[in-house]
Amino acid sequence: MAKVEKAKLPKPEEISNIDYHPPATDWMDTPTEFKPGTYCWGAKEKDLLTLGLPNPRQWSPADEDWKLPEGWETTILDGIAERLAKYRSFKIFMDICVRCGACADKCHFYIASGDPKNMPVLRAELIRSVYKKYFTKSGKFLGRLAGARELDEKVLKEWWSYFFQCTECRRCSVFCPYGIDQAEVTIIGRELLNLVGLNIDWIAGPVANCYMKGNHLGIEPHAFKGNIESMCDDIEDMTGIRVNPTFNRKGAEILFVTPSGDYLGEPGIYTCMGYLMLFHELGLDYTWSTYASEGGNFGFFTSNDMAKRLNSKIYAEAKRLGVKWIIGGECGHMWRVMNQYMDTWNGPADFLEVPVSPITGTRFENAKSTKMIHITEFTADLIKHNKIKLDPSRNDHLKVTYHDSCNPSRGMGLLEEPRYVLKAACNNFYEMPENTIREKTFCCGSGSGLNASENMEQRMRGGFPRANAVKYVQEKHGVNMLANICAVDRAAFPALMDYWCPGVGVAGTHELLANALVMKGEIPRVIDLRGEDLPGKGGNE
Amino acid sequence: MYKGGRIIASLIIFVAFLTLPFFFNLGKANAGPDLPTYASSSDSQCVEPAAYMKANHMQLLLKWRDSDVRDGNSVYINSQGKSFDISLETCVQCHTTQATKNTVGVNNPALNTSDQFCVSCHNYASVKPTCWNCHSGPEGATK
Amino acid sequence: MKALLSFLAVIVLILIATLGVDVANLHFLFGIIIPYLAFVLFVGGFVYRVIKWGRSPVPYRIPTTCGQQKSLPWIKQAKIENPTTVLGVIVRMALEIFFFRSLFRNTKTELRVGEDGPKLVHGSAKWLWFGSLVFHWSFLIIIVRHLRFFLEPVPYFVQLIDSIDGMLQIGLPPIYLTDAFFLCAVIYLFLRRLALPQVRYISLAADYFPLFIIMGIAISGILMRYFFRVDIVAVKELALGLVQLHPAIPEGIGVLFYIHLFLISTLFAYFPTSKLMHMGGIFLSPTRNMMSNNRMVRHINPWNHAVEVHSYAEYEDEFRDKMKKAGIPVEKE
Repeated sequence: MAKVEKAKLPKPEEISNIDYHPPATDWMDTPTEFKPGTYCWGAKEKDLLTLGLPNPRQWSPADEDWKLPEGWETTILDGIAERLAKYRSFKIFMDICVRCGACADKCHFYIASGDPKNMPVLRAELIRSVYKKYFTKSGKFLGRLAGARELDEKVLKEWWSYFFQCTECRRCSVFCPYGIDQAEVTIIGRELLNLVGLNIDWIAGPVANCYMKGNHLGIEPHAFKGNIESMCDDIEDMTGIRVNPTFNRKGAEILFVTPSGDYLGEPGIYTCMGYLMLFHELGLDYTWSTYASEGGNFGFFTSNDMAKRLNSKIYAEAKRLGVKWIIGGECGHMWRVMNQYMDTWNGPADFLEVPVSPITGTRFENAKSTKMIHITEFTADLIKHNKIKLDPSRNDHLKVTYHDSCNPSRGMGLLEEPRYVLKAACNNFYEMPENTIREKTFCCGSGSGLNASENMEQRMRGGFPRANAVKYVQEKHGVNMLANICAVDRAAFPALMDYWCPGVGVAGTHELLANALVMKGEIPRVIDLRGEDLPGKGGNE
Repeated sequence: MYKGGRIIASLIIFVAFLTLPFFFNLGKANAGPDLPTYASSSDSQCVEPAAYMKANHMQLLLKWRDSDVRDGNSVYINSQGKSFDISLETCVQCHTTQATKNTVGVNNPALNTSDQFCVSCHNYASVKPTCWNCHSGPEGATK
Repeated sequence: MKALLSFLAVIVLILIATLGVDVANLHFLFGIIIPYLAFVLFVGGFVYRVIKWGRSPVPYRIPTTCGQQKSLPWIKQAKIENPTTVLGVIVRMALEIFFFRSLFRNTKTELRVGEDGPKLVHGSAKWLWFGSLVFHWSFLIIIVRHLRFFLEPVPYFVQLIDSIDGMLQIGLPPIYLTDAFFLCAVIYLFLRRLALPQVRYISLAADYFPLFIIMGIAISGILMRYFFRVDIVAVKELALGLVQLHPAIPEGIGVLFYIHLFLISTLFAYFPTSKLMHMGGIFLSPTRNMMSNNRMVRHINPWNHAVEVHSYAEYEDEFRDKMKKAGIPVEKE
């Protein structure tokens, strides 16, 4: 196996020098380039073994030989046939694209790379061409004239490269006149690749962790509790209040599930501290679970079945603990899954009750079937009913903008709730330009399992359109804090901001809320959740 | 979830729309326009040969209008060198019909109530001549 | 190259029709058999394709939400862009089908590199929306107008559309507005495919071919109406004969008409095998035609099979000691 050197990250001036001229050769004749820094490591043998996924072996994308199993072509073609029979979306998206090109400059990877195969239309065409060859008459007879081509190893490598250059953000689907969703095509493309053992390490590793240990980061139950408790220590230092969360407690009213990024690493942990403080202040009867300790679902980036296998833990744990309903933390793709898939996979959740906020009495009719609400829905309701006391001036040193995560905006429509919370918690709030927010929001460039470190160049490229919009408000309004509701954002943005617009910090919505939250019996706050001095509230008080 | 019923229903509506012309005309004979019989003898030729007239009579009329009204030239010399007075009267001399002579059309009896000779073909092809917006009709002209 | 091939294909089609009618005198073939065949292929193929789509289920409810969800009562829901009612979906679909709602959103992204670094500008770009809207609406109106050849008596709505379309009485016969719009739109769609490097790069022969054939249809139609007139009474007799199932070939219809008819027949027959099926597909697109009520009503996946999971019991077995030591409650002591 070739040893791959860690690639040197080019400078922003180099990356932003983008050539939009398509290559001279037709895309079918243009070979796929595997340039270090622009792709992720291949999935490890041990992880595929843990999960019982096909073709476990040690391999590297940099190698010539990917050690594909015998008869892989048949596996892939059968896989396509199976998915055509299972998904109407797949069939229709393969058949009706007219290649109008409206999606082309909507993709952050295309905008930032100029590589035509990163246009959603051409990314879909990578698989559509094979579909045409083997599943349509026109493709069989007319071949290349109809845009059809044979499946071979080069094609497979091309798929791997480009389906792992799509973050399944669905931005293209907003603009497509037929609603063709490249995320759907990528999801199916990755499923096909997984049939022959072609995943990436950054997805397969977390999936294996989550499957065995309950969360992507592989934090074991005692360490999980330890992490949360050390956050409680920090909270006590800051507020003088001891927060006492419970774990795996039977009979609690609410199960709280959040992505593991929230309890390991900065700035995620500050968001987590925000949850802890808020729930304590409310006296909420809730519990954490160490078994269902992952809100995110990298299985969703592997295959439908894998996603369901991981997701099953949430309802199973809610049932075991006998809770009444579930609150989910701030996470992006987690909410696509919770909103559009969970109930279908692992429901019906008839052992739970329709969520009713014990503080305001609001009945969340919008979650009457899944029995799971988003924490910003919960908090926005609290603020609307004046149930928590906020001192937004504690965030006055911050000029905040808000990044809509792809999945909650385009796979759910959670747009106003986080804004409502932020505007209540911060006095200085500025929106990024219209075409880069809400349903037109740009991806962080690291979603769908691409937030590894070996592909840093790719991530900095992918995040360029987002960062560029942040830079706009940074220059115009002096924005210095990028708020969001996604753990991958919190993990990916710090590097992206440092790279493109240094000086902009990254925070979860509930971190900013907790900064502003006035708790009963707290000592005067002189530091924020990060332990940094609060300007104007300094130690001489 | 298939929603098969809705798909089938939509397809039926779609096919019904497409085959509408078939049902609309069901059982009717394709008799063509109800051509009136002409008052004068049929051996004489119109101002130009019939094939030309069929396709281009409106261009000829337009030319006549310009020639008479704008250029003050009221004589038309046809492709065979024969002269004609530029006037609707010239047309109406032959192209006149009487309601009594007009056999009832098979396919358009309802529309073909007028005895103006243009109507039958024009209705058939759904082309509305604008001549009679200004000119009084041929029955007035012959009075 | 791909454009040229498609262009040549259409030229060959025109030649076939010309030779077939003018030289070989195959009026019956080109005037009756081929149109019938094309119609059957179109209807049959269309229905076949849609049913083929319909045989695959929609396992998940995956609307693309383009607006605020329905959540708290005091937050205004985007009832059309993120619909939770059947009415909302109908309006959303109607906007999509009649007014190309999504294409209306189109933006153009430009990279401007200035002194203060690179800037991406996402400006509005409505030309594609406008061009395709004009194209499709003109096409529809032209088809409806053509019903005057297939219906006798001609219904009032056809006459009305005809008179509105022909309200510009420049010369004789009146110029149809849609003829001009249609031709301009189809030329625009072709030129943009050729002129924009990105779009040219993704275009296949299968993208140019329908454009050329439609262009051919439009041009032959326009020539017949305004320049080399054919006997439309005879044309109507032929058309009526077809739909009355008493087909006959009247004398004296020029070859231009047969070219027109042959190109239309080809387009009809080609339609179900091609991307033109977007006409049917848009209705079935799961990202647009579904309610976004996922958390309110459970969506059923007919093939929702059981999967292997890692149960809590297995998890506790592995971590029981560590859990107990950390004071986390366990099921089995």
